[in-house]
Amino acid sequence: MADRPWIMRTYAGHSTAAASNALYRSNLSRGQTGLSVAFDLPTQTGYDADHPLSRGEVGKVGVPVSHLGDMRSLMEGLPLTEMNTSMTINATAMWLLALYVALAEERGDDISLLRGTVQNDIVKEYLSRGTYVFPPGPSIRLITDVIAFTTEKVPKWNPTNVCSYHLQEAGATPVQELAYALVTAIGVLDAAQARGDVPAERFAEVVGRISFFVNAGIRFVEEMCKLRAFALLWDKVCTERYGVEDPKLRRFRYGVQVNSLGLTEQQPENNIIRIVLEMLAVTLSKDARARAIQLPAWNEALGLPRPWDQQWSLRAQQILAFETDLLENADLFTGSEVVEAKTQRLMDDAWAEVERVLEKGGAVAAVESGYVKQALVESNAARLGRIEAGAQTVVGVNRYTEAVPSPLVADLDEAIMRVDPEVEKAQVAALERWRAERDAGAVESALAALKEAAGTEANLMAASIACAKAGVTTGEWAGTLREVFGEYRAPTGVGGAQVARSAGEKIDEVRRRLESVAETIGRRPKMLVGKPGLDGHSNGAEQIALKARDVGFDVVYEGIRLTPAQIVASALEEGVHLVGLSVLSGSHLELVPEVVRRMDEAGLKDVPVVVGGIIPDADAERLRAAGVARVYTPKDFALDTLMGELVDLVAERAG
Amino acid sequence: MSPAANAVADLAEGVRAGRKAAVARALNLVEDRRPAARETIGALLGELREAAMAGAHRVGLTGPPGVGKSTLAAALARTLRSRGRRVGVVAVDPSSVRSGGSLLGDRARMGFDPEDDGVFVRSLATGGEAGGLSWAAPAATHVLGAAYDVVLVETTGVGQTETDVRHVADTVLLVVQPGSGDVLQFLKAGIMEIPDLLAVNKADTGVLAERATSDLRAALATTQAAGLGAALPIVATSATEGRGLDALVDGLASHRESVAAALPDRRRAGEVAWTLRLFRGLHGQHGVDTLGGRTAIETTASARLRSEAPPTICAQLSEAYLARLREPRPGSSSNEDRETPQEKTR
Repeated sequence: MADRPWIMRTYAGHSTAAASNALYRSNLSRGQTGLSVAFDLPTQTGYDADHPLSRGEVGKVGVPVSHLGDMRSLMEGLPLTEMNTSMTINATAMWLLALYVALAEERGDDISLLRGTVQNDIVKEYLSRGTYVFPPGPSIRLITDVIAFTTEKVPKWNPTNVCSYHLQEAGATPVQELAYALVTAIGVLDAAQARGDVPAERFAEVVGRISFFVNAGIRFVEEMCKLRAFALLWDKVCTERYGVEDPKLRRFRYGVQVNSLGLTEQQPENNIIRIVLEMLAVTLSKDARARAIQLPAWNEALGLPRPWDQQWSLRAQQILAFETDLLENADLFTGSEVVEAKTQRLMDDAWAEVERVLEKGGAVAAVESGYVKQALVESNAARLGRIEAGAQTVVGVNRYTEAVPSPLVADLDEAIMRVDPEVEKAQVAALERWRAERDAGAVESALAALKEAAGTEANLMAASIACAKAGVTTGEWAGTLREVFGEYRAPTGVGGAQVARSAGEKIDEVRRRLESVAETIGRRPKMLVGKPGLDGHSNGAEQIALKARDVGFDVVYEGIRLTPAQIVASALEEGVHLVGLSVLSGSHLELVPEVVRRMDEAGLKDVPVVVGGIIPDADAERLRAAGVARVYTPKDFALDTLMGELVDLVAERAG
Repeated sequence: MSPAANAVADLAEGVRAGRKAAVARALNLVEDRRPAARETIGALLGELREAAMAGAHRVGLTGPPGVGKSTLAAALARTLRSRGRRVGVVAVDPSSVRSGGSLLGDRARMGFDPEDDGVFVRSLATGGEAGGLSWAAPAATHVLGAAYDVVLVETTGVGQTETDVRHVADTVLLVVQPGSGDVLQFLKAGIMEIPDLLAVNKADTGVLAERATSDLRAALATTQAAGLGAALPIVATSATEGRGLDALVDGLASHRESVAAALPDRRRAGEVAWTLRLFRGLHGQHGVDTLGGRTAIETTASARLRSEAPPTICAQLSEAYLARLREPRPGSSSNEDRETPQEKTR
């Protein structure tokens, strides 16, 4: 009757492969039972550390892995056949898996014993997370190539991890989370089936290897029901669509990271309580319990978490699993009318949306048309509107805001992790050494073989593993495929988003101010919303763009992954009165001052630059000193007030 | 020259030289709706007129929403750029009816090198104007035409009333999707202007492209009676995969060549429409009636367009109109000079 504890992980990695290896070893010594590797943005988007777009991002939100040498350092002293390694990697998933396999073979390991996961879900990258590279067609091909490879060679590996997690982070309701994750899984499986690399009689195994990565928000009863609904709907898909007979292969296997979107900058100590409650959603019900859990840290809205912060979250898992009686019991909710009714309603609504998307041609078509993205943008705008209006309580944000100062954040700059900016230089230097010392001829021929294979229907895993062994770098592997496949920009979803026009005296006053400024300066105030760098988390930028239009700005928003030079060129050509930058990766000190400097050079000194992001106070001070007009952080959730300030700023500078 | 006139001459010089900062400032100026700006705008456009009329090929892209006009415009610009042509883009997006604000530029600038001086994109909001263009679009096209070899004007694609693009473009490209029967219905019914060229976009596979093109051709053949003609060139494109772009660029160029002789007339008609629109915006139907009706104004504008730009002519018409208003009513004894628009040109 007793259940085994889930796999406990911490999403970790930063600075360098060696530093991350030390971190993994210390996490494992504290009772962590699996690895969850966070890669930096250049690695996730297929650039080497010395690419212009990598500036400021190397080693920041994860570990840089540029080649086999980095993979060696990352896993040094860790027995690969005993690890369960989860890699949060998508557009370049095939490449990182190739490096991992190449390392195992180099060590003489039997690769069929490797266990772990590559996230390898491109759909949610287009919708929410932003680390896509190639157009949908070739991206899906890379996923199905990985599936075919692991099914044959690494049968215990999860070749794709369908993520509803990031959909919730982008504002998805539980129904949307269910529906869009299911259509994503269907899209991948249909494509794998159509490609036909796996013999039909073994296709049930492919279905059985599909795992999910879900989110759990603060409404934990509904969230628990969502997971029960998920399991039932997945069973339905496996049975009805793919004819899977073995119940074991139809099991809904999922890992989880609980919600970060709802974590607050105000009274941040409360976040650990939110995190624990959210964990209940994925653990209480035995029938829908997570197989692996990683928790965010209490201070994520302030900056990058330190090892201690992550340990605190790990301890929460250990206490729930080992101190409480939770695991001694069978499912607590079987037969509960409340739970069953909620579950049924979620299933009905989600399935209706699944059918709608399938009618539109499936997940990929609904991404390309912007349908899904727009639905998410609208949901997120509605959520923010409820919080701003006080219709949804967030303690410490819109209710019970008076508080004794927290000793945990008495010294804010010490309460977060900082990555040494020298890391980037060191990584670039190491990369140059690597390139100098490898066999250039072998690299060239491995890349030529990759390029040739990419132009055919061949499975690209073999060519990628050969590249890994030859010493090819991440940027070279992805660059070669970029040449063949091209690059993609996903719809931003903001253009057509239908959002309730906010009402109220305050916002009407902002609108009147804006109209009067428009008359004074002769043109409607125009604002550029820009996302510099590789960070693809565009939710903040999207919501600012929508709100700015709602108060009457003409808004130029060109999506993610822009260089400072591109942003300044747009500001100049578009003749904007204001530039707003959103940076959530912690690279604001590298990217923002460069935008300001280039604005000056382009003769746009009078155009104010404002910045929003997860920006510690000391950094905000430095940004203001560099010429930034305003710095906003997650605690500035009252968008009406913020918009009023922006209108004033335009009036001041242009007037 | 006065300092103000010097400044305008300098700005015009910068635009003609294709300097981005000058082009940006000139566009900011022509978007300025303050009455005080009108004279300067007229002066600037006058300075630029010769250059604007001389060379640039103005291509209008129109078509229903969702057919990928922005992506196609960007792909077209890249292809032109790779042939060494300098490209200016005016991308028009709708304003929100509720707030007056707008969201612009989504994907328009896709993948351009920010250091490249040979490409320039300005997004404009319709600001409540009907017709798929914005108030400042003709002036912006004029400015970009003085600075670049090709000007692409992308309309909002709000539907069937996209007629204004004809007034700013030498070549109108209608962008449709495979299997888009509605568009043909609109064309047949005369709701949508007859384009000079058709692009079937999103023809992502060769098979799809061929089928879509032959479907359209067959359908067009049935509309010959409606004056459409089966000769309308059709190009299958896939902006995302880069198919058909060279053929499209060639098609646009050969249309431009084929109408070269008629071009001055076509452009003048566009400027006349622009003048009338400006005047109507200021004085409404009463203004038009007071100056003897639409045809009279068009005749006047057409005559003066040799040397001056529409905003300046509009200002002259305004003066004439206001002078009329000050005249004593018929039957009074005053004997002031009765100036008609035509007379004022003398």
